[in-house]
Order: sequence, then C-alpha cells, then structure tokens
Amino acid sequence: MDQTEFSFLIGSLNVNLLQNNYILLKYPVCYLYLYSLFRIMKAFISHISEYFPEKIYSNDDFFKEFPHLKKNEATLNKIGVKNRHIVDPDKTALDLAVEAARQLFKEHPIRPDEIEFVIFCSLEFDYTLPSTAAVFQRELQLPHSVGAIDLVSSCTGFIHALSVAKGMVESNGINNVLLLFPSTLTKEFHPKDYNSKFIFGDGATAVLMGSRNEPGVGEFVFGTDGSRSDYIIIQDGRGRNPINDDSFKEIRNDYGNITCRANFFMDGTGVFLFGIKTIPLLIDDILKKNNMNKDDVDYFVFHQANAFLLETIRKKADIPEEKFIIHLEHTGNTVASTIPLAMNKLLRDGKLKPGNSVLFAAFGTGLTWGGTIVKF
Amino acid sequence: MDIDGFIKKVEAEIEDLEPGTLTADKDYREIEQWSSMYALILIAMIDTEYGVTLTGEDLKKTYTLRDLYHTIQSKL
Repeated sequence: MDQTEFSFLIGSLNVNLLQNNYILLKYPVCYLYLYSLFRIMKAFISHISEYFPEKIYSNDDFFKEFPHLKKNEATLNKIGVKNRHIVDPDKTALDLAVEAARQLFKEHPIRPDEIEFVIFCSLEFDYTLPSTAAVFQRELQLPHSVGAIDLVSSCTGFIHALSVAKGMVESNGINNVLLLFPSTLTKEFHPKDYNSKFIFGDGATAVLMGSRNEPGVGEFVFGTDGSRSDYIIIQDGRGRNPINDDSFKEIRNDYGNITCRANFFMDGTGVFLFGIKTIPLLIDDILKKNNMNKDDVDYFVFHQANAFLLETIRKKADIPEEKFIIHLEHTGNTVASTIPLAMNKLLRDGKLKPGNSVLFAAFGTGLTWGGTIVKF
Repeated sequence: MDIDGFIKKVEAEIEDLEPGTLTADKDYREIEQWSSMYALILIAMIDTEYGVTLTGEDLKKTYTLRDLYHTIQSKL
C-alpha cells in the first residue's frame, strides 16, 4: 500500500486519522506511515548565527559627518541606534552570507554536507546571472545534491524565506534548509542621505531550518501593496529606468535630506504611517490564523525598522513591554536580518524556553508585510 | 478636545521647549528643533491621543497649530 492508497483509504472511510483503532489494527503498516509522516515533517528554526563587518559607524561619527544635525540629537536618539556596522566597498552580500554560514557551522552541531537546500534572501546579488545561491554552494563547498535559489526580498524577507523553507520541509521532505539574510544596503546610500545613514547597518544572519515531531512554524499571513512601491525604492539602474543624465541629480526633501534616483530613497513618513496602520491589523490576523490570543504569545519580535516606530506600534497594539523585543542599538536596521538577530538575542539571553511561542511580524519594501508564530 | 490642551500636548513632545513657546497661530515648523522626526512624533501623538491618523500631506497643508487642530477635528 503506498501513501496515495493509504490516504484514499482514510478519506473513503471518513475517519479521524489518529483515533481510528480499527484501521490501525487491520493495517499495522499504517503505524509506520503515521510515524514517518509525523516524525520528519514539521519545520522549526534550529540554529541562528550572525556576522557583522568590522567597521563601525557610531553616532559620534555621524555627528562629525553631519554637524548641523547635532541640535536634533535628542529626537534622533528615539530611533534607538547608537552604532552600525558598515561593509567594505569591495565586499558583497555573498561575502557576508559566507561568513555568517561559517559561524553557523562553527557554533552549532551541523556540517556543510548536511545542508539540503539554500535560500539566499537579499537585495544585493553578485551577478545578474547565475544566482548568488549557486556561487554560495561553491564557496562553502556544499554537496552537489544541494538545491539553491535566490529570493529577492528586503525587510519582509525573513517571513517570505521562512514560509518557502517551511513548505520545502513539510511538503517536500527536505531537511536542513539554510536561510541566508545578508544586507549591504549602505552601499546604495547617497553620501548626503543622513536619514538612511542613521537608521541602517550592514550584516548577515544564517538560519537553519530543521525538522522535528512537533510543529515549529505556524500559519502565515502575507500582504502586498504595489501601489506604494515608490515608498522605498532605487528608481534608476535596472530594467525600467536605465541610468541616465538625471540619475545622479541631487533630490532634496522638505527637511533637507538628499538622495538621487540612482541611490536608495525612503519616504520615512509614508513608511511610518504604513507601519502604524498595517502592523496592528497584521498582528490580529496572525493570531486569528493561528487560533491564538495575544496572551498565548510569549514574545513579539517584529522587523526592527526603528525603535520609535516599534514603540508606537507596541502602544497601539497594546503589547506588554516585557514581551516586546527592541534590538537594534548596535546594529541599526539590517533589513531581513533584524528578526533573526532579535530572536538570537532572546536565545543567547536564555529567555526562550521549550514550548514558548514567538510572534514574528515584518514589513517593508514593496510595500509588503507578513508574519507567523513560531514555537520553540 | 480643546486647543489649549492640544498645544500643551504638542509642547510636551518637543525636547527642550519652554512651556508657552507655542501658540495657536504660530507656524510650529519655525521652532529651532523642528525636524522630520517631529513630523512622525506629532503623527504618533495625535494617533494615540485622538485616534486620528494624519498623513504627511495633512501636515504639509497646515502651518499653525490651529490649522492642525481643525484638521484633527475634521477627522474625528
């Protein structure tokens, strides 16, 4: 009897899979199927490692570069960032991902030859083709049996990648999916873009998704609003708008911040409003989809966009301070890595206990948003 | 909601501001401390205190706290 026949048998009798003793007694092989189906099919986050470039850009460095902003220091401090790591110009996102993965193999009981799939989630890739994930296989000397794809996503990237990896583990029986979240976004900033320079930092996380008996990653909620794609954008330099004479012309906003069409642009007010309107609703949707209440959640880990926005969302969503994680003081906003970094902080501090539930919510470029609840 | 209470709430949000500095008909963006962060701080405070989420455009259209007060009232 193969799995299809087994499913048909169960379906045709319209019985509860786990409770029908008749079937289990008549077909003892069903025990094996149940065992195999439930033994290796539940995805969970097993390990996280991180890597940061050596160069640090402190608030002192920032105010030396932009002395006219010193008078705004008190309000800028509400962003919650004191230091950020900055990637060297000759290093790429792949280099950071390789280092994060090496850390993972060094810090945890997992070998490169045990990896079955790699998801390289970033906005920065080494080549137009081939995929950077393929080059990563070579750099880490992963077995040729490994699957490897790039996933283009930014601040919601962790949620997007986690959902793809969960599908691979639970639907395709793939074990040990390596998720990489490198960001070198600071390379895309205009030299005079002080807003972005204050908020963002570079870095990478490597996250291992394994499989176990108990469910480890819950149901997902997603959202996308392409009508606001210009809220966070690099306008020129790709298919739609090739580099042209206007690409490097300085564009000054109402408050004096400067960027250009070939560099990173973010409508801070637009993103802030998006955050405070969308995320409280997203939290409700995630809880509803997972049949849980706010009180059932032990920790709330959101994309660490900036501390002021997070605190505003926390108050609006009525989340207790002790359950809410803000962790970007010495990293800044590291795009898709912010959630695994905050998660890793909880793990390192010994705050997460087996069975704890953590609600993840992310939002950003696209505009996109999404979240889920994971169990440890 | 009254305009004096609203002005006090705005003043409380601004660092190093002497009480009484802001008035209903003064351009609030002319204060020395004004920056893009204060636009967000005002939006957050108004959202929390009055349940009204202003947009960046709403702020751009106002110059005085009286304008801002009327904009909030129109959305209540």
